[in-house]
Amino acid sequence: MMRIQARTQPSQLMTFVSPLLAIALTLIFGCILFSALDKNPIEALHVLLITPLSDGYNVGEMLVKMCPLLLCAVGLSLCYRANMWNIGAEGQLLAGALGGSAVALAFGDSTSALALPLTLLAGVASGVAWSAVPTYLKLRFNSNLILTTIMFNYIAFYLLVWAVNGPLRDPDGYGFPESAMFSDQTMLPILVAGTRIHLGILLSLLSAVVAWFILSKTHLGFQVRVFGSDEPAATYAGFSSKKLSWFVMLLAGALAGLAGVCEVTGPIGQLVPNVSPGYGYSAIIVAYLGRLHPLGAIIAAIFLAVLYMGGDLAQIQMNIPTAVIGMFQGVLLFFLLACDFFIRNRLVFTHQATA
Amino acid sequence: MKLKSLLLGVGLMLGVTMAQAEEPFKVGFVYVGPVGDLGWSYEHDQGRKEMEKYFKGKVKTTYVENVAEGADAERVITQLVKAGNKVIFTTSFGFMNATVKAAKRFPNVVFEHATGYKRAKNLGTYVLRTYEGRYISGVAAGLLTKTNTIGYIGAFPIPEVIRDIDATYMGAKSVNPNIKLKIVWANTWYDPGKETDAANALMDQGADVLIQHTDSPAPLIAAQKRGARAIGQASDQSKFAPQAHIFSVRDHWAPYYIKTVQQVMDGTWKSQDFWGGFHDNMLQLASINPNLPKNVRAKIEETLAAIKSGKLKPFTGPIKDNTGKIVVPAGHSLTDQELARVNWYVQGITDKIPH
Amino acid sequence: MDADFIAQILFSAIKTGTPLLFIALGEVICEKSGVLNLGQEGMMLMGAVVGFLAAYSTGNMAFGVLAAMAMGCVMSLIFGVLVLHLGANQVATGLALTIFGTGLSAFVGSDFVGKTIQGFNPIPIPYLSSIPYLGKILFEHDLLVYLSFIMTVLIMYVTNKTRLGLTLKAVGENPNAANAIGIKVLRVRYLAIMFGGAMTGIAGAYMSLVYTPMWAENMTAGRGWIALALVVFASWRVGRIMLGAYLFGLASIMHLVLQGFGWTISTNLLAMLPYVATVFVMVIISADKFKEKLLAPRSLGKPFDPRHMA
Repeated sequence: MMRIQARTQPSQLMTFVSPLLAIALTLIFGCILFSALDKNPIEALHVLLITPLSDGYNVGEMLVKMCPLLLCAVGLSLCYRANMWNIGAEGQLLAGALGGSAVALAFGDSTSALALPLTLLAGVASGVAWSAVPTYLKLRFNSNLILTTIMFNYIAFYLLVWAVNGPLRDPDGYGFPESAMFSDQTMLPILVAGTRIHLGILLSLLSAVVAWFILSKTHLGFQVRVFGSDEPAATYAGFSSKKLSWFVMLLAGALAGLAGVCEVTGPIGQLVPNVSPGYGYSAIIVAYLGRLHPLGAIIAAIFLAVLYMGGDLAQIQMNIPTAVIGMFQGVLLFFLLACDFFIRNRLVFTHQATA
Repeated sequence: MKLKSLLLGVGLMLGVTMAQAEEPFKVGFVYVGPVGDLGWSYEHDQGRKEMEKYFKGKVKTTYVENVAEGADAERVITQLVKAGNKVIFTTSFGFMNATVKAAKRFPNVVFEHATGYKRAKNLGTYVLRTYEGRYISGVAAGLLTKTNTIGYIGAFPIPEVIRDIDATYMGAKSVNPNIKLKIVWANTWYDPGKETDAANALMDQGADVLIQHTDSPAPLIAAQKRGARAIGQASDQSKFAPQAHIFSVRDHWAPYYIKTVQQVMDGTWKSQDFWGGFHDNMLQLASINPNLPKNVRAKIEETLAAIKSGKLKPFTGPIKDNTGKIVVPAGHSLTDQELARVNWYVQGITDKIPH
Repeated sequence: MDADFIAQILFSAIKTGTPLLFIALGEVICEKSGVLNLGQEGMMLMGAVVGFLAAYSTGNMAFGVLAAMAMGCVMSLIFGVLVLHLGANQVATGLALTIFGTGLSAFVGSDFVGKTIQGFNPIPIPYLSSIPYLGKILFEHDLLVYLSFIMTVLIMYVTNKTRLGLTLKAVGENPNAANAIGIKVLRVRYLAIMFGGAMTGIAGAYMSLVYTPMWAENMTAGRGWIALALVVFASWRVGRIMLGAYLFGLASIMHLVLQGFGWTISTNLLAMLPYVATVFVMVIISADKFKEKLLAPRSLGKPFDPRHMA
């Protein structure tokens, strides 16, 4: 007989084993699903998970896809550790794209060396501003952060659509809702010729490392960790919850804003209404999959980027509809959340327990 | 040893090319929506299927649906190239710059971009003369309205939609001097709920014939519920509202897909800006309601015949815009290039074009 | 603008607000028990597709609604097991449910795109519908709208006047105390979650059987999220939820109506309005800290594990 018993301490081991277990279970689910669809499951999983990493071009593209996911997820990881339920990375990303684009377009064909730095700075600042308002509303008026950030996502989206239909619209673009192409001076440098691997990817990896350093090596990070795991203790120790909240939220806003501006000055090269296919929401999954750990977020962001690319490839090579990929991702998340149960609990055999 | 492996390599390559010669000609499609959207992407997919059927196994098609009009598009197009597709149709305006970039990278592949304005040696564009259908719609609506008010559900204020609104008004005015045109912008190409709201808002304001530039059959259903009439958009939507339905203007992409693929296979393809209308069988009047009054039906067919034969060109001067300025001088018919830049309402439409 | 026109607009506002009302009524019960479910969009899409499928295959609209309710329940059970029994994070689980439901509904419904059904027809209520103006606004709807009226009254009664309502409140305010006086906290929360799922299922059926009788991928277009805001907007009061739903309905058609009067303000800025308004209301209702404590279920979003009880 087996029995479930609560652990006195969350299991460190299970924290890392749980995602692997979840992935394994998802793969089994995938096999059943693809078999039911009359697709060869091994081939399907190969296309979904291996092909995206199979050659240089694909790896480059995977990194391009990973960049915004990682930037957003690093910020969210810190927020969630500090119990700030920020669902607003999407809006902060769009704000970053919008603010950055406005500056990039203002530079026009100028060859100023300041063009790119100022564009990036504008993106970061816009992201910060977009997360500052809900943070202020929460701390000052006690508004529910989850809901305000969701509202701000919508507001950012409509603001962006308004801008590409109005002030930022390409005057020579036949009235279509998109901006002019940015000049080369405001575009992120490409790191590997012949690919789309841009400077933003390096920045995203750097941000994860820096966040990890802050979290594990600084007093500020220590406060975030204590605050997240034991709020009364943190308050008792005299940590200011306000200061921490501001810190994590503004950092998350800055990183999401950077993600937005890197998209428009990197792979896209102009402001379009569909800057983000929901990166800010997917980043929530990445943050959890990465165990709210900045370095874990790197692996998780790569995994999700692979899965998205695999989804397109599965359509091209095996004619599997996108709906199936969505289900696959949802199920993966379910399994992950379920497996986390074993971080806090364990199975015990009754005869041992009663002995 | 080296020689051996070299020979082996050459042999392999020969084998591969020979195998390819046996293979069907590959054609790829990139869709912005799901093929199940019943609208824009759905009709392109119908065209794809019809084309594949026409070539009886000589052509194999692949499609990718739900492709975001951001950084993903370029990757998906590239992957279609890598999968061996020789012609790639990108079927949404937002894919324009991604298609331009891909065309530059892969000079040996033919690209065709729907509704865009950027072309290259291996990149052509194609678009429908939807204004022809609108003119006929306007004629039918002008004859059928009892309140002298036509409602038009706009998607986004881009030249195609502005042009179509003008054509609708001119068609209606040609048969009904007292006609009024009410325009509501739904700000979406596709959202059945929102389109229903827009239809109701128009009917609340006295419109009793609806014309829509959005894709779902929802406005037709809304019109039928309130005893109004409506014209189907993009596909044959008669079955959704048999009483309200006047006719549908069907987008019929197959002739263009067949022609283009044939030309590429024959080596006669050349990049061009192609405008297809009723004359090319790329627009069709589908399911004209048998219950229409005889004179209305006769007028519809007469107008259709005049447009088909080229006798009637809706944008023929003198045309004044709604500020009173002459925009098309007497005796001149707008060229395709001029049509692409229409950004004015004709005299008689009292609204302003929004941002 | 004459009175008939205004009556017509209000009639439309009720129709537009009804799906929001259904979801919000379900969600408010769920939140009152202390559980925040962000999976509405996924549950609603599943309700819409299964409702359509059932109605299409059997030709029976009522059966479609029941099937949608059942589907909503099943979807919410996945959520329930994860957050209640396995202690998973409610925000993440809700999002997962939305992602899963969006994919699954598209998959299940792919063969039913382009199929048509008759849909519900409006049934004017005798006598009541002939009241000037009010009759037009309130009593010329279809069955599901009337059902939403009944459900609102019923839920208002249950939450305010019955023992069940008290139990629900106790669980949401202080699960430990509720547990101590013998209330089965997890059971109450399961039932609340399932109720939320069923109501969201009906909202989906309303979309695919009444509002636009057809199935198309992603046809709910974000309404689940708006309903979530609505609950906060109404500060967890059932009566205010009804009012708020119609206000939101009005707001979302208002920018279409105003255009007809020649307003030239950007449609995108107008479309932004409901969201901005919600933020404002949230600030106003939550600014008063004393009130906030009275209104928001105190254990909202926090897990409860009886085994951790000392």
